[in-house]
Amino acid sequence: MYKINTIEPLWWGLFGAGGFIAAFLLPVHMLVNGMLIPLGAAPQEAYSPQRLAALVSHPVVKLYLLALVSLPLFHWAHRFRYLLFDLGIHGGRTAIAFLCYGAAIVGTVVAAWTLVRV
Amino acid sequence: MAERTIGLSVTRFRPGEDRQPVSQTFTIPYHDDWVVLDALQYIKDRHDGSLSFRWSCHMGVCGSCGMMVNGVPKLTCAAFLRDYFPNEVRVEPLANFPVIRDLVVDIDDFMHKLAEVKPYIIRDDLETAPVGFGHEFRQAPEEVDDYRQFSMCINCMLCYSACPVYGMEPRFLGPAAIALAHRYNMDSRDQGRNERMPVIGSSEGIWECTYIGECSVVCPKNVDPASAIQRTKLATTNDWFRSILMPWGKR
Ligand code: SF4
Ligand code: FES
Repeated sequence: MYKINTIEPLWWGLFGAGGFIAAFLLPVHMLVNGMLIPLGAAPQEAYSPQRLAALVSHPVVKLYLLALVSLPLFHWAHRFRYLLFDLGIHGGRTAIAFLCYGAAIVGTVVAAWTLVRV
Repeated sequence: MAERTIGLSVTRFRPGEDRQPVSQTFTIPYHDDWVVLDALQYIKDRHDGSLSFRWSCHMGVCGSCGMMVNGVPKLTCAAFLRDYFPNEVRVEPLANFPVIRDLVVDIDDFMHKLAEVKPYIIRDDLETAPVGFGHEFRQAPEEVDDYRQFSMCINCMLCYSACPVYGMEPRFLGPAAIALAHRYNMDSRDQGRNERMPVIGSSEGIWECTYIGECSVVCPKNVDPASAIQRTKLATTNDWFRSILMPWGKR
């Protein structure tokens, strides 16, 4: 095996996974949880607050929700960092990377904390 | 009928004389089967013998005639005047490279990067393998297909000229060097992957690429360096996670 001088694969891996979630899973949740349920277009019985609360209390569902929230944040972080570079901002690249991925990490921690408490 | 003409505005830079490049316009006869390189040759023969530019094959295989034609990196031996006529054609040296003289750029940076990725077959048994019929390193047609596209590169550097990332960060290894590294990594006869990956997987390698994709747009040989870079990002990421999750694992 070989060694490389960077942890970029970590960021890129998170970016890729987040892209998958943002493209395939988030739209479904936005449609179902964000529109159909509030509009009353989904069976109210099946999605009653009690049932949803019971669902969310399950550890596997919590893990799923954490990934659902966290990975797209890393997708954004990586995109945004590259976008700033493409826009010609090439000073302070380490600081920018720090802020972008830092924001995603903070978001992940907040999401984890919220999930632990519900 | 009066002879048709076309204007060519050409960048001139004479080291020691000019402080910075200036453009000079020539009006020359128009022929619809002429390429920009023919026009430059005409100028050199009839107007100014000191006009300097590189070329060799005049048939799109040597990769030495790359210049900016109306702001786009092109092989000038493949850029027909008829695609620009009757408008003036602007010919400039390849962007993102230091200019030596007129249309000639300094390619040292690219040559060094090329050497760094070891674009040749690496094997332990190259010296010791018996030579002669029946002892070739054989390859099935499907194995050739794995790298064929990436082996078409003629080192014309148009992709470097088109790449905004290379323009901003000259340390970036760049499209063609990564595509060539990928070409040898994908070659079933090669065993040098572990020597190349630390170079192309480094922070100056694939990770500088923000996937703009202009390299693949301008490449005259359809090499698609952008896809080589994406594939290498995926491979490096797989290797990296595997080495973290299974540090004992070898490949
Ligand atoms: S990848 Fe294409 S554009 Fe780049 S040097 Fe090779 S042939 Fe030229
Ligand atoms: S002169 Fe050889 S590629 Fe144009």
